[in-house]
Amino acid sequence: MILGISGDEAVALAAKQCNVDVVAAYPITPQTIIVEKFSEYVANGETQAEYVRVESEHSAMSACVGASARGARTFTATSSQGLMLMHEILYVASGMRLPIVMANVNRAISSPINIHADHADSMAVRDSGWIQLSCVDAQEAYDTTIMAFKIAEETLLPVMVLLDGFVISHTLQNVSTLSDEQILNFIGNERKSENILDPENPKTFGAMVLPDYYSEIKMQQIEAMDESKKVIENTFKEFGDLTGRRYPLVESYKTDDAEHILLCMGSAFGTAKVVVDDMRAEGKKVGVSRVKCYRPFAGNEVREAIKNAKSVGVADRVAPFGSYPPLYLDTKASCDGINLKSFVYGLGGRDVNKDTIKEVFDRLEKGVDEMFVGVRE
Amino acid sequence: MNTKKKGYKEMPAGGVTYETSLDYETGTWRSEKPVVNDEKCTRCLECYIYCPDASIKYEDDKIIIDYSHCKGCGICAKECPQDAIDMVEEEK
Ligand code: SF4
Ligand code: SF4
Repeated sequence: MILGISGDEAVALAAKQCNVDVVAAYPITPQTIIVEKFSEYVANGETQAEYVRVESEHSAMSACVGASARGARTFTATSSQGLMLMHEILYVASGMRLPIVMANVNRAISSPINIHADHADSMAVRDSGWIQLSCVDAQEAYDTTIMAFKIAEETLLPVMVLLDGFVISHTLQNVSTLSDEQILNFIGNERKSENILDPENPKTFGAMVLPDYYSEIKMQQIEAMDESKKVIENTFKEFGDLTGRRYPLVESYKTDDAEHILLCMGSAFGTAKVVVDDMRAEGKKVGVSRVKCYRPFAGNEVREAIKNAKSVGVADRVAPFGSYPPLYLDTKASCDGINLKSFVYGLGGRDVNKDTIKEVFDRLEKGVDEMFVGVRE
Repeated sequence: MNTKKKGYKEMPAGGVTYETSLDYETGTWRSEKPVVNDEKCTRCLECYIYCPDASIKYEDDKIIIDYSHCKGCGICAKECPQDAIDMVEEEK
């Protein structure tokens, strides 16, 4: 079925169709529609899920931890300040290896307060042990939410689905949906659970661990994160076979013979493709790649995508304080010997339009080493 | 710990415990040990209630301290209404 829905609604619908048992969430712009829609499904009896109304995001994630430890398929959504308030519990969820799925609608962080798209929130928690999968539109947000449950439950790692505030969350798009049956065949009817709280088979979760075991438990997480890449790839492949919609870890557009490449994340990719077409029409060899699988960082795939370019502009939507921004740093660490330039655009929802992208390509062509795009002096 | 410590590939994921605290002997942490004077003790079991480590048992009408788990916190000695428990320094 094809529905005209926003990115937020697409995510809520996907979570409902994935047969989640528990949703614990607190509303925050621009994520609100997700939990609003979900609570509507609950009120209408369209889902048997338990909807836990909590008093904060710290509590939301804590309730998700409890539910997931008991074996429930668990979902939540947040943005910006909400993600900041969850910060502590994000590490608890990943450390306890709980396959929680969360949509984070990317939004700037205060201060000054701002509700618009910016990647500072999810980037601030990039090392919290969560898988992070970035999306470019509502269709991908729907698809990725479904795949996230499969990936989380197979790897025992929590998964964050990232979509840009307003640009994706509030923009209506035709979204091709799957039937409940197709989805449940794909991800499994309910969560298969081994390490769970069970009165018949008592275990202690979240016990204190001293120096004699802490390193080993972190090693397990590190290894699980590394190995999750295979699971993510396989899941993307199976999903592609089912729907025809194929998602690579790193997606590229006209990069094969490109002299200058823009490497980005999120909704900017769509705009960049248009700019690439325009510039190609003028005979300029440019291309664009975007990182879909940001954690674990798809470093080899990024390298493969950009290795033949004369120069690569790595564009972050995060204000870097006292160092380079995160996507650039990750790329730099994986792409030794490639000519990389760091760019920052679109802070606090400033439009990343065709001119913005064009400006990045122009600077790459001219070799201008200037990080900030579209900021007044 | 009685068993050899496991490596990360052998342990259950997520820090879920795979041995009970009975196997984890905390008695070595102690610098002073509680010693019960059976003459003074009235078997009121206050010490049993207060011990935070469940290291006090009542068997054969006697207060028995489980020295492989007692951490030597001294709470039992402090709470005993009869002053029947002495904290005695452990030998080095
Ligand atoms: S508290 Fe003192 S008197 Fe009471 S049982 Fe314990 S040792 Fe005996
Ligand atoms: S010293 Fe502390 S741990 Fe040991 S028996 Fe007394 S109360 Fe329990």
